[in-house]
Amino acid sequence: MRPFAYEAAADADGAVAALARGTAAARYLGGGTNLVDLMRLGVEQPELLVDVTRLAHGAIEPLDGGGLRIGAEVRNSDCAADRAVRERFPVLAQALLAGASGQLRNLATTAGNLLQRTRCAYFQDVSKPCNKRAVGSGCPAIEGDHRNLAILGHSEACVATHPSDMAVALAALGARVVVRGPGGERTIAMPGLHRLPGDEPERDTVLEHGDLITAVEVPGLPWATRSRYRKVRDRASFAFAVVSVAAALDVDEAGGTVRDARLALGGVAHVPWRALAAEDALRGAPATRESFEAAAEAELAAAEPLRDNAFKVSLAHNLIVRTLLELAGA
Amino acid sequence: MMAATPAAATPAAATPAAAPPATGAIGVPLARIEAREKVTGAARYAYEHQPDEVAYATAVPATIARGRISALDAAAAMEVPGVLAVLWHATAPRLQPVADGELAVLQSGRVAYRGQFVALVVAETLEAAREAERLVAIGYEPEEHDSLLREDHPGLYAPETVNPSFPAATSDGDVEAGLRAAAVAIDKTYRTPALHNNAMEPHATVALWDGDDLTCWDSNQGAPAHRATLAQVFGLDPARVRVISPHVGGGFGSKGSPRPQLVLAALAARVVARPVKLAVTRRQMWAVTGYRTPTIQRLRLGADAEGRLTAIAHDVVEQTSTVREFAEQTAVATRMMYAAPNRSTSHRLVALDVPTPSWMRAPGECPGMFALESAVDELAIAAGIDPIELRVRNEPEVDPHSGHRFSSRGLIACLREGAERFGWAGRDPAPGVRREGCRLVGTGVAASTYPVYRRGAQAFARAEPGGGFTVGVGAADIGTGARTALTQIAADALGAGVDEVRVELGDSALPRAPVAGGSAGTASWGTAVVKACRALRERLDGEHGGVVPPDGLRADADSEQDVADQEPMARHAFGAQFAEVKVDLDTGETEVSRLLGVFGVGRIVNPRTARSQLVGGMTMGMGMALLEESVLDPQFGDYVNHDLAGYHVACNADVRDIQAHWIDEEDPHLNPMGSKGIGEIGIVGTAAAIANAVHHATGIRVRELPIRLDDLLWAEAADGS
Ligand SMILES: Cc1cc2nc3c(=O)[nH]c(=O)nc-3n(C[C@H](O)[C@H](O)[C@H](O)COP(=O)(O)OP(=O)(O)OC[C@H]3O[C@@H](n4cnc5c(N)ncnc54)[C@H](O)[C@@H]3O)c2cc1C
Repeated sequence: MRPFAYEAAADADGAVAALARGTAAARYLGGGTNLVDLMRLGVEQPELLVDVTRLAHGAIEPLDGGGLRIGAEVRNSDCAADRAVRERFPVLAQALLAGASGQLRNLATTAGNLLQRTRCAYFQDVSKPCNKRAVGSGCPAIEGDHRNLAILGHSEACVATHPSDMAVALAALGARVVVRGPGGERTIAMPGLHRLPGDEPERDTVLEHGDLITAVEVPGLPWATRSRYRKVRDRASFAFAVVSVAAALDVDEAGGTVRDARLALGGVAHVPWRALAAEDALRGAPATRESFEAAAEAELAAAEPLRDNAFKVSLAHNLIVRTLLELAGA
Repeated sequence: MMAATPAAATPAAATPAAAPPATGAIGVPLARIEAREKVTGAARYAYEHQPDEVAYATAVPATIARGRISALDAAAAMEVPGVLAVLWHATAPRLQPVADGELAVLQSGRVAYRGQFVALVVAETLEAAREAERLVAIGYEPEEHDSLLREDHPGLYAPETVNPSFPAATSDGDVEAGLRAAAVAIDKTYRTPALHNNAMEPHATVALWDGDDLTCWDSNQGAPAHRATLAQVFGLDPARVRVISPHVGGGFGSKGSPRPQLVLAALAARVVARPVKLAVTRRQMWAVTGYRTPTIQRLRLGADAEGRLTAIAHDVVEQTSTVREFAEQTAVATRMMYAAPNRSTSHRLVALDVPTPSWMRAPGECPGMFALESAVDELAIAAGIDPIELRVRNEPEVDPHSGHRFSSRGLIACLREGAERFGWAGRDPAPGVRREGCRLVGTGVAASTYPVYRRGAQAFARAEPGGGFTVGVGAADIGTGARTALTQIAADALGAGVDEVRVELGDSALPRAPVAGGSAGTASWGTAVVKACRALRERLDGEHGGVVPPDGLRADADSEQDVADQEPMARHAFGAQFAEVKVDLDTGETEVSRLLGVFGVGRIVNPRTARSQLVGGMTMGMGMALLEESVLDPQFGDYVNHDLAGYHVACNADVRDIQAHWIDEEDPHLNPMGSKGIGEIGIVGTAAAIANAVHHATGIRVRELPIRLDDLLWAEAADGS
């Protein structure tokens, strides 16, 4: 294993400063469940790790308007178990519990989960080309094994997907990511944190080197009590999504029309895919199977499946309709 | 939920010189003797041995699928502090030739598959070795490679035999005529993917030289056989080599024959003149530890209007490597399963630029019975006959292939008892009509079988002066409970309590015994153990009046002749597996809501460990049906999903209600215990039972494993809703 230095930062400013001192190969260390794996595989070769699990970002606090501020270090299992999260944003608790395993969730942090890297087999194998890992080396996944890769928003350079479940729920909820960088603090609205691969697939997000995530703010959304996360995977547990849906639905009970909706897809793109076209189609439409089908079609019209993953388009379609029907009936 | 029927503790009759069990130790659900050691971490596995001065090795895999190594620059690697050596074919000591080319490690610059070990780094620490491994710069002369199995591959050939020594092709009667005469016939092609064993403990060796004496702590399925190979490779008298393997964390066949790390560790230890430890990493397991070949199987069945088979033809295409021929015996079970006047089977191989396939739980029977038992289901549907009834109608009187009579054949009893327990009666055969909410429900059945093998073995039994008995046999306990079962067998033969008997195994210094393989371990070792124990008991009682002499008393036994003398017969275990599945209409997700197996496996030595074996096999069969697949990327020639996040084995949440039962089966023609092997039969037939249930649920027949939601997304309830 390649030698590296380790520092435990005492506070956010210290962490940012420590990373700024390091080279481009310095990394923040959360639970380490993704980063350390990638170091073992030689995909990540940091010279410096700055441990950020002992800053003061480990709490979940209420925000005005019914929202929640989730500290960057909050462990995934703690977040999923939090009463306010479960009551106000069931979709988020469900998404967290659908991910990884109990042991991993006990270690994984909010920030680390958002920034985990793709599970594309070529990205993880340093003996093979990959534009995301080795700029300009090529993308063998396009011709190779891509059954579980992207159907939306991919490019000639990269067809990887973002693997996080939690991020899909946060994208649906329009969460804001609070970032402390060398230049101060700013917030980035989800799904804007992650970016499509384009011709720079080496960049997963809009963050700059040295940016530290300190919290995620989920704005109040009273009708998100009627929300859910549904994940389809190849194995009943402990598997990444083939396709997942995070959805919340606000139905005018009297008129039976959709007042508002939130919808995001996982397992389909380089980003947690906020389904804005579907949301538009749903707003004001009757809460019926026909509207839900139309919304799914509106969103998936843009899908460009690869040789072996056309099934994901049908799957995403069925899953959107099914989840909305369940929410409408709930 | 699990359940098991109690074993019938009936004594084996008619075995020559068989004394009836004296203590009733056989048939008792004794807990694993080493359970406490294992759960407390006291049990040491191979890699955990820590001789003084031990150095750490890591193996460097080839990154091309075919070609030559033209150069290797070790300068940067050697500069990593603590690195002791970098070995490759230009610098490694010469080895003696062996039949298995996979063991000719670092002997030539030829690369036969991606991931083949081509260099070795040895260092003071594992961290230094891994860092240096990354810095070894290898120059290759790559050649075009060909790694994809196809049924029309021009390189297909018929091997002389298939494993272990069956004819590659058989033909009785006239299949074409039988098919022409059939009232119903099917002609379908089934495919199974490459599958990897993935035992929890990786293949690992700690090697130590003392002059010309070599000791290896190694994770394997048979210490004596591994010793023999080491002696051969290093040109040593076998008496100078010792292989020690008291605890092994699973093998499933992949540790049945020596793997490259065994030779590499010993070679490295010789070069650096220190003990060396080497483990295969999880990822490397996809290249160097063997796997089940992918198969392409054409099944043709014909039957008359009553469902009696007129013809059975099973033609198999599968792969091997350019390093060594490994010919999976995929169609062999078809030769004896069902009666038909016209039968033929064939196997063809193509040697590709891929790792060499090897043993994986129920080699041959497992993939072959997926195809045969799916085809039988298709035939039953075509003939409009219940699939259990169809099987009953084709029950042979004697082994159709050899003409031998069966020592016992429990297939129909297993089907009947399974049908009863599962609730098969009244099943509506129409596919795609049962709805439960958003899911389609279906049930399926398939037969299981596995041959009953037995090999010669040696054992000793010793009465200790301080009381109690020690029994020694070069057996292997790969997590199956063999140590426990042998303790029960020995206690019975000695007329002693299980707590008076200590069994020593997993050491080549013990009497020579065959590997844990072919589900023959308990039968083979047990035969020798019983013989030694009875001899000891006889001498103790006859010559010493039952009093142990001051130096103790030892009896040795060899069962080679007893095994050779056994009457030629068709000896097989049979079973029936039933599955209920629920397939989500919107997502194609399949849940196996119930899986129930009934097996005719002779006398059960230990119901607890036996149930674990059967349930474990069935669970692995469920993985084969729905999850497991090693995905070959022809661009690179390797299996790309080479970790446990990419290669899915069944997890707890996949297993709902699984039950293993057995029928009372007395078979006097087997061995002193009256037992049949139980390690492999559980995986045979499971995938077909599930595929048949999926068809019953959805109307979709999936002939290519694994069955994925991709295949089922277009399922529609036949009632149109
Ligand atoms: C076998 C397995 C199965 C899994 N299955 C799933 C699944 O089904 N669904 C799912 O969603 N996930 C799954 N995961 C992934 C898991 O959720 C992630 O590994 C985990 O969330 C990462 O969190 P962490 O704190 O350990 O991150 P780390 O590994 O510590 O870090 C990940 C990245 O985030 C960066 N980082 C960490 N903290 C900060 C910060 N405060 N500011 C800026 N950057 C930071 C690190 O530098 C690194 O680049 C699985 C993982 C494994 C190993």
